[in-house]
Amino acid sequence: MANEATIINAVARTSLWLQPHRIVLILIALGLVLSAVFFMRWDWLPQYYEMGLIGIWRSLWILAVTCILGFLFAVPLGLAQATGSFWFAAPAKAFCTVIRGTPLLIQLWLLYYGLGSLFPQNPWVRESWVWPYLRQAWPYGVLALTLSFAGYEGEVMRGAFAGVPKGQLEAARAFGMSRWKAFRRIWLPQAIYRALPTLTGETVLQLKSTPLVATISVIDIFAVSSKVRQDTYLTYEPLLLLALIYMTITGILVFAFSRIEARIPNKIG
Amino acid sequence: MLGLLHSVEIAVGATCLGLLIGTGGAYGKLYGGPVVRDLLAAYTTIVRAVPELVLILLLYYAGTDLINQALTAMGYQRVDISGLAAGIFVLGFVQGAYSTEVIRGAILAIPQGQIEAARAYGMSPGLLLRRITLPAMLPFAIPGLANLWLIATKDTALLAVVGFYELALATRQAAGVTKAYFTFFFAAGVLYLLLSLFSNFLIGRVEAWSRRGMPSLKEAR
Repeated sequence: MANEATIINAVARTSLWLQPHRIVLILIALGLVLSAVFFMRWDWLPQYYEMGLIGIWRSLWILAVTCILGFLFAVPLGLAQATGSFWFAAPAKAFCTVIRGTPLLIQLWLLYYGLGSLFPQNPWVRESWVWPYLRQAWPYGVLALTLSFAGYEGEVMRGAFAGVPKGQLEAARAFGMSRWKAFRRIWLPQAIYRALPTLTGETVLQLKSTPLVATISVIDIFAVSSKVRQDTYLTYEPLLLLALIYMTITGILVFAFSRIEARIPNKIG
Repeated sequence: MLGLLHSVEIAVGATCLGLLIGTGGAYGKLYGGPVVRDLLAAYTTIVRAVPELVLILLLYYAGTDLINQALTAMGYQRVDISGLAAGIFVLGFVQGAYSTEVIRGAILAIPQGQIEAARAYGMSPGLLLRRITLPAMLPFAIPGLANLWLIATKDTALLAVVGFYELALATRQAAGVTKAYFTFFFAAGVLYLLLSLFSNFLIGRVEAWSRRGMPSLKEAR
């Protein structure tokens, strides 16, 4: 009985969603896609297929690493701004302001061209063990993206930490939890719950800033599409495919985060 | 310095265009027919899901190419579209999608009674927009729009990738000539930061002006 009701519900919902004009629009969109598939040139695809997969993998890898590292940075940044004394809060605030006030492209170029041109001048850097890494482009890209994510997310975490009701923390202390335990069990989880919707948005923004690393010669999916364009003299096809790939990744990210959000008990605060 | 001027010009132009698109888009999303609504939903979703860099490349090449093809098809000569116009158009198109959402939210935040009262007074839709909707939504929209303006100033740096001469590209060229990479990029960063801080100050003033007569945020809490 209940099963039947849910089926009827689902049918009603789809029929509500599939209004006549939507069907026409979907058909038009399908027509556009099909005409793009048939009338544009896609014969370069098999040749660059593998390269593209490596590029996508590298983009995703950069995204994951910078988000996780950036978030780890952001927690102390937010904490310092929310509760720290002036000597902790002021540098954290300055860091966030500087990162958020300058374009990521400039930060990236400053690190890669600026710092990268300073290092070879010092002989002791050349002799140390980090030199093989410093000669490559990706550490600069990862560093710049991490710092930028930390800067934006630090501001979000400040709000999230400040938003946890004081009574909760006092209760935790009254239970005899140590400061660290109260932070780990009460303060941090609640702050993350609060920040999660913003975190989704920030992660998508971070995904959209990963193509910038292509400008410092890291071969991600964007660089692959640029290479295809240079090799085949095609303007639109690689870019359209690239846009489609990014949209797919965004969709998957948003879906994954909404699943995580749904797991959170929603009567907080 | 010419680069900075160009950057600011593009940012201002793009934000203005974005605001126009945004107001129209928000109206379409709120009051438009089902087809308009779905088309706008597709527009905002797609633009917000694709990286700005990709969009800029796509629109920059596709846009100039399409216009030229249309012109030749109609028997006119090809025109050379200036980088400034193309940059403003491209960034404005991107900003439009974001500001559509911001303005839609702000219009929804206006107490419904105000709009109904204006309709009851017999105001025409244009007058309603000018006298009631725009002023009343401004306090709700300003924080979001301020964010967009800051994003616009920073997005102008992306135009360097398509070869438009603005602050980021100017810096890169100057740095390449003098080999003093660190100094020049640092200086450019400081310029962008000053621009951001200055606009923060101005936005604070504008917000205070647009909220005049309303209870302050602290009292409302």
